[in-house]
Amino acid sequence: MAETLRFHYEVDGNNFTSAGAASVEVKRKLRQLGFDAETIRRVSIAMYEGEINMVVHARGGSADVYVDKDCITIILADRGPGIPDISLAMQEGYSTAPDNIRALGFGAGMGLPNMKRYTDEMKIETVLGKGTTVTIKVYTNGANKL
Amino acid sequence: MTVLGLKETLNLTVFALPQGERQVRGGYAGDLLSWVMGKAEADDAWLTIMSNPNIVAVATLTEVSCIILCEGVSPDAGVAALAAGKEINLLGSDSSVFALAAQITNLL
Repeated sequence: MAETLRFHYEVDGNNFTSAGAASVEVKRKLRQLGFDAETIRRVSIAMYEGEINMVVHARGGSADVYVDKDCITIILADRGPGIPDISLAMQEGYSTAPDNIRALGFGAGMGLPNMKRYTDEMKIETVLGKGTTVTIKVYTNGANKL
Repeated sequence: MTVLGLKETLNLTVFALPQGERQVRGGYAGDLLSWVMGKAEADDAWLTIMSNPNIVAVATLTEVSCIILCEGVSPDAGVAALAAGKEINLLGSDSSVFALAAQITNLL
C-alpha cells in the first residue's frame, strides 16, 4: 500500500488576485501523479470553490490535501463566522457575498453546490462565530502512479 | 478549429496566445465565475466580459481552450501577462457576446 501524500496550503484571505493558486498547484501535482483528466478536473474545481469561499467569507483559511491511490480528500478549514443555515447555503443561487465581491464575478451562489456536484462525499462542520470545516472526497479509478 | 484559426477567422485581438494550436470544440458564455466553473467544458471557447485576474484561474481549472473578452473589454492591468505565464490564450473582440457566440457556433 503506497503512503498517503499530503499537501498543505494557507489561503490568503486578503488577496483575490492569488485566489485559486492552491487549486492550480494541486491540479499540477495530480497531473504529475498520473490521475485521469476528469478526476483532476473534479478535484480542482471543488477545491477552487472552497478556496474562494474562504477568501470571500472567512478572511482565508487552510487547505489540506490527502492523496491516496483510490481517494483524494481535501479538508478546508477556516475561522470565519460559520454558516447559520447549511441547507440554505446549499441551494443554488443563494449567496451572502457582498456587492464588491459580486462585481468580481463571484457570489453566484454556486460554490457549495459545485463542491457537492463534483465530489463523491462532502461534510460541513460549522460553529457560528468559530469557523467552518468542509471535507470533500473524490474516489478515483485507481489508475495512477501511486 | 484551433484557437489561432479562430483568431484569424474572426479577427480577434490577441492579449496572450501561448497555445494557439489548441483545439476549440465548443463554447460557453458567462460572467459568474462559479457558474462557468460548473458548466464550461474542457476545450470550450469561453466568452465573457469579466476581465480580472481570476478568469485565468478559472480557465486553468476548467481547461477551456481560450478566453475571449467581448464587447471591446480589455483585460485588467497585469492579466495579459498572467495569462501568458499560465499558458492561457486570452483574446478580445468588439462584438457582443451574443453575436460572437453565433459566429463561433457557425464555425464549429
